[in-house]
Amino acid sequence: MSEYRVIGKALRKVDAVAKVTGATRFADDLSFPRMLYCKLLRSTQPHARIVSIDVTAARRLAGVLAVLVGRDLPIPFGILPVSQDEHTLCLDKVRFIGDPVAAVAATTEETATAALDLIQVVYAPLKSFDSAEEAVAHPEPQIHDYGDSGNLHKLIDLEFGDAAAGIAAADLVREDFFFFEGSTHLPMEQHAAVAQWSPDSKLTLWTSTQTPHYVHRALAKVLELPAARVRVIATPNGGGFGGKSDPFNHEIAVAKLAMITGRPVKITLTREEVFYCHRGRHPTLMWVRTGVKKDGAITGMHFRSLLDGGAYGSYGVASTYYTGALQTVTYNVPRYHFQGARAFTNKAPCGPKRGHGTPQPRFALEVHLDKIAEQLGIDPAELRLKTLVPPNSLTANYLRVGSMGLGACIAKVVEGSDWKGKFRKLPHGRGVGLACSSYISGAGLPIYWNNMPHSGVQLKCDRSGGVTVFCGSTEIGQGSDSILAYIVAEVLGIDPFDIAVVTADTDLTPVDLGSYSSRVTLMSGNAALQAAERARQILAVHAAKKLDVPLERLTFAEGRVFDRKDRTRGITFAEAVQCAEAAEGMIGTVGSYTPPPSAGRYRGAGVGPSPAYSYSACVAAVDVDPETGIVRVPTIWIAHDVGRSINSASVIGQVEGSIYMGLGEALMEEMAYRGNRNVVHKIPSLLEYKSPTTLEMCDVVTYLIEDPDPNGPFGAKEVGQGPLLPVMPAVANAVYDAVGVRVDEVPITPEKVLKALRSKAKGEEGRFGPTSFPDISWPEPTRVPTPWEGGDGRATPVTAAAPERQH
Amino acid sequence: MLTSNEAKVKIALTVNGDATEVAFAPHKTLLEVLREDLGLTGTKHGCELGECGTCTVLLDGTPVLSCLVLGLACTGRAVRTVEGMARGGKLHPLQETFADLGAAQCGYCTPAFLLAAEALLEANPRPTRDEIKDALAGNLCRCTGYIKIYEAVELAAARMGRV
Repeated sequence: MSEYRVIGKALRKVDAVAKVTGATRFADDLSFPRMLYCKLLRSTQPHARIVSIDVTAARRLAGVLAVLVGRDLPIPFGILPVSQDEHTLCLDKVRFIGDPVAAVAATTEETATAALDLIQVVYAPLKSFDSAEEAVAHPEPQIHDYGDSGNLHKLIDLEFGDAAAGIAAADLVREDFFFFEGSTHLPMEQHAAVAQWSPDSKLTLWTSTQTPHYVHRALAKVLELPAARVRVIATPNGGGFGGKSDPFNHEIAVAKLAMITGRPVKITLTREEVFYCHRGRHPTLMWVRTGVKKDGAITGMHFRSLLDGGAYGSYGVASTYYTGALQTVTYNVPRYHFQGARAFTNKAPCGPKRGHGTPQPRFALEVHLDKIAEQLGIDPAELRLKTLVPPNSLTANYLRVGSMGLGACIAKVVEGSDWKGKFRKLPHGRGVGLACSSYISGAGLPIYWNNMPHSGVQLKCDRSGGVTVFCGSTEIGQGSDSILAYIVAEVLGIDPFDIAVVTADTDLTPVDLGSYSSRVTLMSGNAALQAAERARQILAVHAAKKLDVPLERLTFAEGRVFDRKDRTRGITFAEAVQCAEAAEGMIGTVGSYTPPPSAGRYRGAGVGPSPAYSYSACVAAVDVDPETGIVRVPTIWIAHDVGRSINSASVIGQVEGSIYMGLGEALMEEMAYRGNRNVVHKIPSLLEYKSPTTLEMCDVVTYLIEDPDPNGPFGAKEVGQGPLLPVMPAVANAVYDAVGVRVDEVPITPEKVLKALRSKAKGEEGRFGPTSFPDISWPEPTRVPTPWEGGDGRATPVTAAAPERQH
Repeated sequence: MLTSNEAKVKIALTVNGDATEVAFAPHKTLLEVLREDLGLTGTKHGCELGECGTCTVLLDGTPVLSCLVLGLACTGRAVRTVEGMARGGKLHPLQETFADLGAAQCGYCTPAFLLAAEALLEANPRPTRDEIKDALAGNLCRCTGYIKIYEAVELAAARMGRV
């Protein structure tokens, strides 16, 4: 039995009643007197210079109050300081079909739409690129005038120890190619924003964003306003999954239109436009070569990834590093070489989708290991158990692993799924597959360099006994508002539903960096914990005096403060606040959280470190119809090492939701484009973009492993993203178990399964997937000696006599 | 071209049990009339093309996609939205179980699921898991993986059956 009263319980979320009554106000539910409606004109060309834009007729249309074009907002923005490559409206060229070129504000949505038809844009088309391989092959014309080389946005080469020598010392060396298709978040809520400008030069923006702090910074920069005069309120997000983590064109456009017209301006994107905002999973081509000993011990690994970034930078530099960062935190990789490249292409920009840059390499690694296990004649579960990274250790790339429950996770799903009774034993057409994963509980470093906390909480104790928690964190459905209430309630011994939670408002709440990278429970949770403990300390001093009880004997529980040895000696929580307030004045505290410093000190070490890593193990069962190639997944068993559940129902909800989204990526979800140089999005609708309905969703058997991590609040680690990662490789491995063919590419569609089955029937390799990786001129690698080579996390200084590197 | 100058039409209908008159431009969908002219923003939209089920309301007790129904087609009919589910300050059993079990994460698709589930339980008070899946197959949810929604419908059915 838990020693906690609130933590770990399957309580309602603090916003549950608002959500089931329709009372939650999402951005599009907001309406103001005299509000105008904004529409964006989007590019019809994938890559073109803008020769001219004529907005005269649109301006003349009755009901149109303002029209903006690129030169009205010339200052660029972007989520990463190194990729400030977006403009609110395209300045001189367009880079994908859907790139916004003009914005209209009108008295009705219909008038704004009609005005778009009156805008004349003359384009001079440029050669466009619809794949990363094409972008590699054609450095010109450049989609952007910056980047590491031609149309390659980013090139990374990191080597930790001599990987080639490690691989050479192996008993078995295996190489594989994999491709992971792009997919999109598909939140049910289309992005929406409302801006209001007040004559005292104050701007307020309500918007469905996961990152109000970054939107705040972008607005101040592009609109050249003092940040103190800009207020961003993140409305509850109707689903985010990473798709609302960038500052967006439409947010800045409505703000500028509100400033010009002096009236509130609203925009709600159409579903088609949501596909253009995208920032989803990067299509990623991968190659991996691993050396292993006969017992499965890895001697070295070389991993390459090529990401199709789409038209803008977004989080892409971080995404690229993430395709190489977390290979080392699950299994011992003593020497590791990573080369990653991100290409610009003329497609909707890619960015962070649930798992951010790590599902692609995890798919590759886990299928690769399945093949290695088969070659070695070792059960895939046993192989993994033999090579686990130990807890409290440092990896080759200087990631500090704390608690590590992967072994327990594997044991749970192996037992629960009857793995040993099923693997390689089921009749043809049925199979099981196993895969594991790990994910960060927040990034160790902020997006823009600073040494301030990543999350802050203010806490106010009212003499009524009510407590209010203020935090910049953003509720996207994951339960971040509730986490604050549960943690404060646990510490102060009060009912979480007596706590008011005020979040995601840059005027009212201290900065929290946002709902991304699975950081919120750990970081805002730790900040809330600190603020609550400080409040408890103040209240305890005065309650102890009042009760004449030694401080250390006081307990805060059930809305009272009392003597542990004599429970009748106590006062209500409200009386405790009153005593303290009478003595000290108003009772308020603050808490903040900064992650521990990273161990890596090489260039690129900023991506990968985290206060704590979650672990997951997954077994998928599949039924494959050899006639049609259709794969059905009846059941997935998943064990997740969450450190500690703050709310067990919410944790299981996150696990099930992750499995769902992973299943969609495994079987059907893909951002598809029509090629032949037009690069038109093929399926910008919910009907044609296939996602699992109730009829495709599998049964999920969830096991929670609770091995508290010292860095998490009450030991909690992340759960929102990690459990998605093993689903795709587990399904791929299960398909092989079922019908003996490898589909080394997601989604695993019936066509791909059939092609692999047919090639197998012809006596060829029963496989569908890529067979090559393009030649890329990688930069000189950053060489970092591993910890076991005596390294200190720094790169070896580059000398003129650096040896020629081998590919 | 559609303009706001289009002459409004006025219809009478029942909304959540209240006899209601509402005037609106005749091209408007039921979704738009509910949200924009009646202030009932509990009904959401995910595509406005009939693809996601997010705008589901009950029309004479039957789930419909309010983005595909013209407001004019609702003359004299009874519309039920999420705002009409709780009675006398008390949640509907489905709302209780959705809240208790975490069947609402972001909550955006929740009103639609609640109404689709209410219609199901009205027609079939003790549905099997497969019958629940069939009844909800036209509603997309990206957060929950649907499982907590099934469980909430089953728990509500059990509770309602006992009353």
